[in-house]
Amino acid sequence: MSKLAFLSFEIKESFLIAIRAIRANKIRSALTMLGIFIGITVVVLMTTAIKGIDNSFQKGISALGSDVLYISKWQWFSNTDWWKMRNRRQITMEEFQKYKSMAKLPLAVAPTTATNQNLKYKSNSVNSVFVTGSDADYIKTTNFTFDQGRFFTEIESNGARNVVVLGNTVASNLFPHGNAVGNDIKIGPVSYRVVGVLSVQGSFILGSFNPDNQAYVPIGTIFKYFQDERHQSITINIRAASPALLEDTKDEAEGIFRKVRGLSFNQPSDFSINQQEALIDNYNKVVGVIQIAGLFITGLSLFVGAIGIMNIMFVSVRERTKEIGLRKAIGARKSAILAQFLLESAIICLVGGIIGLIAAILLSFLVNQFIPTSIQYSVVILAIVVSLITGLISGFAPAYTAAKMDPVEALRFE
Amino acid sequence: MNIIYIEHIAKVYQVGSEEVHALRDISLTIDKNEYVAIMGPSGSGKSTLMNMLGCLDTPTSGKYDFTGVSVSQMTDNDLAKIRNKEIGFVFQTFNLLARSDALHNVELPLIYAGVPSAERHERAEQALIDVGLKERMHHKPNELSGGQRQRVAVARAIVTRPSIILADEPTGNLDSKTGEEIMILFNEIYEKGNTIILVTHEEYIAEHAARIIRIKDGRVESDSPVENRYIPKPRFQS
Repeated sequence: MSKLAFLSFEIKESFLIAIRAIRANKIRSALTMLGIFIGITVVVLMTTAIKGIDNSFQKGISALGSDVLYISKWQWFSNTDWWKMRNRRQITMEEFQKYKSMAKLPLAVAPTTATNQNLKYKSNSVNSVFVTGSDADYIKTTNFTFDQGRFFTEIESNGARNVVVLGNTVASNLFPHGNAVGNDIKIGPVSYRVVGVLSVQGSFILGSFNPDNQAYVPIGTIFKYFQDERHQSITINIRAASPALLEDTKDEAEGIFRKVRGLSFNQPSDFSINQQEALIDNYNKVVGVIQIAGLFITGLSLFVGAIGIMNIMFVSVRERTKEIGLRKAIGARKSAILAQFLLESAIICLVGGIIGLIAAILLSFLVNQFIPTSIQYSVVILAIVVSLITGLISGFAPAYTAAKMDPVEALRFE
Repeated sequence: MNIIYIEHIAKVYQVGSEEVHALRDISLTIDKNEYVAIMGPSGSGKSTLMNMLGCLDTPTSGKYDFTGVSVSQMTDNDLAKIRNKEIGFVFQTFNLLARSDALHNVELPLIYAGVPSAERHERAEQALIDVGLKERMHHKPNELSGGQRQRVAVARAIVTRPSIILADEPTGNLDSKTGEEIMILFNEIYEKGNTIILVTHEEYIAEHAARIIRIKDGRVESDSPVENRYIPKPRFQS
């Protein structure tokens, strides 16, 4: 028999011997599997939850449009002291009009402001809704799609008519039986007619920034009923013609807005141009820490499981000292004994890991009712590889101990 | 040619700071188709000699040739190969795998020899038939009597068709009647032309052999043929 053929023969036979040993000690094998099972289950569940939340965030962000810039008095998630920005000038509708007339690159621009109001229809009410005021071009700065009706028109917007577009969640709370369009609702004390309902856009992770939880009205009505225009700084939403043009559009906006404000070259800009990157960066910062902590903690359970396996394999080797002695006496080479115990540990971990993976996938469907989960093929493969490697690593020391036993000593062992 | 050729071998163990001379100076030869008993009181070094003869251990000094090949300087893997192919062990405590049936136990040395499974099966079955356990092949050790367990062990020893069969107190755990049955089995194996080395401290067991080597204090005390060796008579054919 050639060396290679003998090697494959030895591995095959060691595999069969390992299977025999696992089946002979069913309870112990099952308990050993439990360690890796729990480890793999929590790690996989954690990664599917992390991935799910990530996807949900990305989806929510893309509903808002990833190629949108926001000119604002405030810089998002900045380390600059807020009181420095507090003293900046308000961004006014007048400045918006000037900017709009000069800007060449944007696909669409729209002024926005917002107010928190309670919404009411007959006996149904939704409290503390983020009501965004804008003009008819606002819809072009988003990727919104409609469930019913439409966005408000330029005429409605310019005339500051009392019309409202509802986010999906708001609409279904106010109108549990549908048919929102055409009905009049109360925003605070004021009557508005519903002209459209958005389809489901976003994700829970954006909270009140989720379009599903918002309502949209002509900006003029906000100034008329809820806020004094003179005391309110608006935000200008700018949508670039394409993501590739985002930087150019930003540079252009900065230049034009400085001109509008009459800033000389040595004065710093007294406004900020925000983009979603800041939001994403901030999300990654916060969630990244949670992810690392989560993976670390769940990883620990996998580590504890691995130590448990090593422990049990050591006990198993010791308990079978005499068997090892006999096998060596009748001609088992070191490599055969090593392979036997290494494979035993690897098989236990692999089976435990696969069962853990299946459990995690089933559980992730359950968890999906509360927070979104997403199962990745890469996670499935990784889980299998990790369990196999765990088995090999935690099995190595015990298997090596078995392999280097002296047959005479081992046979004498009682 | 001698199967076993030993010249002035010694074995020294280091126990703490003390040196223990288990074997001081032993020389002997064993030829093909001999039936040799090695005797000696406990502490005489007979276990160490048996481990040496069985290639489980290597001597500290001296020369040991097994079928003309020097084994005193062999690596662990080479020794494992010699044990697998050339030596059949029978132990006092049987040393069967408790959770495997008789057939698998007998197959075990053939697995390590790299024999394909179909041939392994066939040879293991034949060995079990040879020791009279045709009806017990799929029984586990705890479903067999002591005598039957030792028969399985003998089958395991002969299945590789080794150059020597090395039996260490093979009747030590058996009552005299079943012990006798095992000795009948050894006699049959011997008469088929095999070489048997029997380690025992019981005179009447040793007298089944054709030659007795007595060990004392790590040396050969006497080495002589048995005048009227006791040939056990089968009471019934199994």
